[in-house]
Amino acid sequence: MIGTIKVSMPRIIASAAVAVGLLAAAPAPALAAGGAAHPRSGGFSFEGPFGVYDQGQLQRGYKVYQEVCSACHGMNLMHYRNLGDRHGPFWNPKYPNPNDNPVVKALAKEVQVPDIDSETGEPIQRDATPADKFRSPYPNATAAAAGNGGAAPPDLSVMAKARHDGANYIYSLLSGYRAAPAGLTIREGQHYNPYMAGDLTPFWTGDKHHVPEGGFIAMPPPLRNGQVTYDDGSPQTVDQYAKDVAAFIAWTSEPKMVERKQAGFGVIIFLLIFAGLTYASYRRVWKGVAH
Amino acid sequence: MSEHESTYVPKTGVEKWLDTRLPIIRFGADYMSLPTPRNLNYWWTFGGILALCLMTQIVTGIVLAMHYTPHVDLAFASVERIMRDVNGGWLIRYVHANGASMFFVAVYLHMLRGLYYGSYKAPREMIWIIGCVIFFLMIATAFLGYVLPWGQMSFWGAEVITNLIGAIPGIGEPILIWLRGGPAIDNATLNRFFSLHYLLPFAILGCVVLHLWALHSAGQNNPVGILIPKDRTKKDMLPFHPYFTLKDGFAIILFLLLFAIFVFYQPNALGHADNYIPANPLQTPAHIVPEWYMLPFYAILRAIPDKFGGVVAMFSAIGVLFVLPWLDTSKVRSMRYRPTMRTFFFIFLVVGVGLGWCGGQLPDAPVVPGFGGVVLFDGNLNSYLWLTRLFTAYYFLFFLVILPFVGLKETPLPIPATISEPVLTGAHAMPAAAPASPEKKG
Amino acid sequence: MAETGVIPEGEGDPNRRDFIHIAAGAAAVGAGAMIAWPLINQMNPAADTLALASIEFDLTKVQEGQQVVIKWQGKPVFVRYRTPAELQRVIADDHASDLKQPQTDAERTKPGHEKYLVVVGSCTHLGCVPTFGAGDYGGWFCPCHGSHYDASGRIRKGPAPLNLVVPDYEFASDTRVKIG
Repeated sequence: MIGTIKVSMPRIIASAAVAVGLLAAAPAPALAAGGAAHPRSGGFSFEGPFGVYDQGQLQRGYKVYQEVCSACHGMNLMHYRNLGDRHGPFWNPKYPNPNDNPVVKALAKEVQVPDIDSETGEPIQRDATPADKFRSPYPNATAAAAGNGGAAPPDLSVMAKARHDGANYIYSLLSGYRAAPAGLTIREGQHYNPYMAGDLTPFWTGDKHHVPEGGFIAMPPPLRNGQVTYDDGSPQTVDQYAKDVAAFIAWTSEPKMVERKQAGFGVIIFLLIFAGLTYASYRRVWKGVAH
Repeated sequence: MSEHESTYVPKTGVEKWLDTRLPIIRFGADYMSLPTPRNLNYWWTFGGILALCLMTQIVTGIVLAMHYTPHVDLAFASVERIMRDVNGGWLIRYVHANGASMFFVAVYLHMLRGLYYGSYKAPREMIWIIGCVIFFLMIATAFLGYVLPWGQMSFWGAEVITNLIGAIPGIGEPILIWLRGGPAIDNATLNRFFSLHYLLPFAILGCVVLHLWALHSAGQNNPVGILIPKDRTKKDMLPFHPYFTLKDGFAIILFLLLFAIFVFYQPNALGHADNYIPANPLQTPAHIVPEWYMLPFYAILRAIPDKFGGVVAMFSAIGVLFVLPWLDTSKVRSMRYRPTMRTFFFIFLVVGVGLGWCGGQLPDAPVVPGFGGVVLFDGNLNSYLWLTRLFTAYYFLFFLVILPFVGLKETPLPIPATISEPVLTGAHAMPAAAPASPEKKG
Repeated sequence: MAETGVIPEGEGDPNRRDFIHIAAGAAAVGAGAMIAWPLINQMNPAADTLALASIEFDLTKVQEGQQVVIKWQGKPVFVRYRTPAELQRVIADDHASDLKQPQTDAERTKPGHEKYLVVVGSCTHLGCVPTFGAGDYGGWFCPCHGSHYDASGRIRKGPAPLNLVVPDYEFASDTRVKIG
């Protein structure tokens, strides 16, 4: 009978592994009827355990953000100096301190930021420095909401982490606008996007079992072909702009990702060696000890 | 164990001087030479792993508190400043955030080991009860900590969970306002939650000392579950060091590998994307779920249609663990020798995982999509609501009915007289002289 | 970590036996160091703190005979526009016998901009902020423990050991200094 005992331990291991696996997956919520279309893949360079950011893409993405998105969306966790951080869009090994990076200084200088005159206390506008935060398009949240029909455009600093499958979602959303299917009642000031989360059932007059995917978004399609000039020969298309700005937001959301993956590789190699040595030591100590 | 004789002999003059004044070296030496049942398997390594988890959380937590600002306007940005500007801050924060999950992985496995091998039975009731206190404090600490980044899930999690207290008839509302420091979750709440989140881990540490004290007083259980008579100490026991320090150490490194994979490659997989949206008291996220380790209890809460009833059920699910030593009527500790009970145990395991799964689903969503089902009372039988109720019923039946009755009715398998017997004879027959393979039996 | 004393006897080659335990112990020490470093390094100045390492200041804001106190890296910096009389006095004292840290005024200013003195406003004794225009030498007087500085920021009397520190700075134009 004791023989059967041996079965129980692997069974517990297997069950525990399943338990951990299932529970890890559990927080992904089941969406209500309708739901959003599954994001398309942007084929990003930073995916996978060894993926890194593509510096050219980040530079283009910054340009798109600066020329298009920043009119409405702030990035209040970003400073101009961050553009020159290691693995960032304008990182240059010659300037380990990004505050000295001439490209970063020049980019900051292009922007006017509000400040208080240190002598008179009056509000002034001055050239930004690398230490300044990205200019906010609105003086405060109330002004942002009032200027946009009541819905303040969200801050984009950590947007790629604030949405499931962030970079692909941003890419799909920005490049995924399309004409609303016939039978969908569009509300005033709203736009249809199949990648937006939501439930369109109340607005759908067609077949109840085939409610279109997606939801309404207040932002009109922000990108047009040829809108932003690229000087590296990349295609000047909505698809490319969306990809580049999604990559840029992925970087602003997780600027230490490359460091993290590189450190992780070293740590895991070390732990494997450490585990091997400890196991050898353990086996040697237990050699000849029945248990 | 408690009568374990000290074999420490102070060698140098300094050691002798210290030994008569503060015998701390003797304490450490006695601890290291503690006789430990030689048949402990890898399921016994989670104690050491949990000690490591607690220390990791305390150390990284103290460090994070050096940079964190507990204010509603600054908390979210201060956490992101840790991620961006503080040297290595991203690593420390990800270790702390994922460390909470790792802590719960280890504690659940540790508790299941205790349940399977009957480690809660006489004379070890106090070890188990203190362990339950630790588990309860862990849940409280984890909940308080989850509020601190002040994201959407932080805020709405705090809102929903504190509202549970408001469900208590009569006194609930005043207690709720007292707990929050106002009519709503606000700056006062965040500040006190930060203070308590810093305090509770030290309460856990104190309980861990009691847990170990009780353990060394009653002696460790073992996979066979029998008490080891004093005259067999030499045959059945091995000194803790180096035998179990190395075994625990090896297990800890394997655990760290799992930990590292999450921290470095999937740091946000166990969290929720909504918590990277700053808290907004005017807008609730579409789907509120607690962290994965709370999901089974959250499912039990939602299984009961009455608000107060749900709260009672949820706390009872933890409370029943405290009386577990008196619910189990069997004299046999290890479920190795209780085949009937073992079957119920594995069903319990599946049910526990199932409750966790249900806790993450919308209650009205169908379990089998595209299948109609029948409406019973307030919900479709083919919905997570009824599946959760089925699992909840088994959860309580297991403790309140199955454990007491099976203990009285079952016929256990023959139990070896000594722990060496299954090692040296029977299915594990192995001439004592020949080198035994240590991993032969799990 | 792994003591050899408890190891069952009769194990093979003792050198090899020890080696594996030493290697495992060394790896454990290495792991400890790897863990300790981030915990120590996190207390070093963060990137946002370092980003504020330099500031610019408009000298037209200082009147003759006055000083303006600005904050640089969390410390006060005195920008003083000295009168010809003050200048004369500090140059006359360039080789005075009571200078604890002998320095000429020219060594503490920029050529062509001698009337401006830029010093960190922390007493070199224990860090208090000296009071402008007080003390026996017409410079600063530290109220905490009675150190007297002249108008060149040099310590003349009292417990402070060194002159007020001149930070790294440069003239971006005739009327702007960049400190740091």
